[in-house]
Amino acid sequence: MTDRAVKRVAITGVGMVSAAGHDVASSWEAVRDGVTAIRALHGIARQDYVSCRIAAQVADFDPASHFPARRLSALDRFSQFAVVAAREAFAQSGLERDSQDVREAACIVGVGVGGIGTLDDSYYRLYGEDTMRMHPLTVPRLMFNAAPSQVTIDLGIKGMSYAVGSACASGTHAIGQAFLMVRSGAVKVAVAGGSEACITAGTIAGWEALRVLSSDTCRPFSKNRNGLVLGEGAAMLVLEDFDHATARGATILAEVIGFGGNADAGDLTSPDETSIAAAMSLALRDAGLDPGQVGYINAHGTGTAINDQTEARAIRQVFGEAPPPVSSSKGVLGHCLGAAGAMEAVVTVMALARQVVPPTANCTEPDEALGIDMVPDGPREAHLGAAMSNSFAFGGLNAVLIFGKV
Amino acid sequence: MSTFGIVRDVVAGQLGRNPGDFQSDTDLTEAGFESLDVIETLFAIEEKFGIAINYNANEGLAGSSMTVGDLVRMVDAELEKKRQTGQ
Repeated sequence: MTDRAVKRVAITGVGMVSAAGHDVASSWEAVRDGVTAIRALHGIARQDYVSCRIAAQVADFDPASHFPARRLSALDRFSQFAVVAAREAFAQSGLERDSQDVREAACIVGVGVGGIGTLDDSYYRLYGEDTMRMHPLTVPRLMFNAAPSQVTIDLGIKGMSYAVGSACASGTHAIGQAFLMVRSGAVKVAVAGGSEACITAGTIAGWEALRVLSSDTCRPFSKNRNGLVLGEGAAMLVLEDFDHATARGATILAEVIGFGGNADAGDLTSPDETSIAAAMSLALRDAGLDPGQVGYINAHGTGTAINDQTEARAIRQVFGEAPPPVSSSKGVLGHCLGAAGAMEAVVTVMALARQVVPPTANCTEPDEALGIDMVPDGPREAHLGAAMSNSFAFGGLNAVLIFGKV
Repeated sequence: MSTFGIVRDVVAGQLGRNPGDFQSDTDLTEAGFESLDVIETLFAIEEKFGIAINYNANEGLAGSSMTVGDLVRMVDAELEKKRQTGQ
């Protein structure tokens, strides 16, 4: 029988592909310095179908430099990102590919829209061009679970593996699920995160119809904020039984110490202040922390009028009138939907590891009425013991992670 | 039918109510509109008139109101633009 004692959960590897760079170092540097990676929309098929002209796209990503041609034909862009990020995290962890630890590991990946590029192209051919033929790998490319499947194939993972879908909270839920599995003793190692490649004409048109996209840039918590900007990328983390990681001499970047989540059961797209405050409180309770022990909050912070207002109120509800510094990474990385929570989890882990609070980029007119310190002026050195990362999805599904310094 | 008449019918249909309940100064939020009702209504109006209304949900900050008359003015402005450009 498996040892069911509660385990501490270490993070022994992180990986990222983002608009700011193809690894954690370059992505973190951009977030830490508040350098936006939102640029003019470029290089997508049927770009003229949309009026939105900006996105946080992963630039200069050459799939052929990461995958042989034969393998690439089965890989949608969102799976490519997931595998590249997972390889980075795995390499940092120092785990051996063919070891029993890895064979028994879990792999859980948060996905918002899945292989939407494959879907967009295939349906355009079928209905737009009246081409009665589909590529034979259309289905395995676009399926939601393609990202975790491809990561397991790449790393030789044979434990329980699946995709998690909760829109903009998917990555956070995936890491939370992996955390619970390692903490319970069900697995010693889990590779978890989120991946998204949603910059297609069809996706952007859908978001335009919701009328929440910014026309120039994403300015979280700024008075002049006017909407979100779509982004793409992936982030993956290696979660590991703390004692196991220590015993093999692994470098531990931080710990996962709390996970909370809930559902608004209300409006489909507007966040619910009471509900998201409750999600934060659940994560604090799970971590056994008082609010005062959290030194930094990486906000959902989409840069829409209503999210930022509601999230700030909820933070004050939980943390009182002088909450810890709060910043959003979306002014740099854009809103990467199913990958966002995982990318922001990595940012939060880096903040703890480096003892730096990253700023909110593009917050040129801090909205003082929100009553939070949104770190508009640049990075700050800090003594952080614990930090929180928030994700609140369309559909009212909320997830919150808390990480601890080691 | 006038712009007002068409817009009123769309608004009433969105809420499943009688068009006679709506006047030019009827506040949509007070009438029962929630976040998605506004964008669904704008979409229906755009389809009916063959126009595109430039409206960003971030400009209608939470708590601000919009009336049936505001919608009518948006439609008339776009119809006028369409007439002038001959499109």
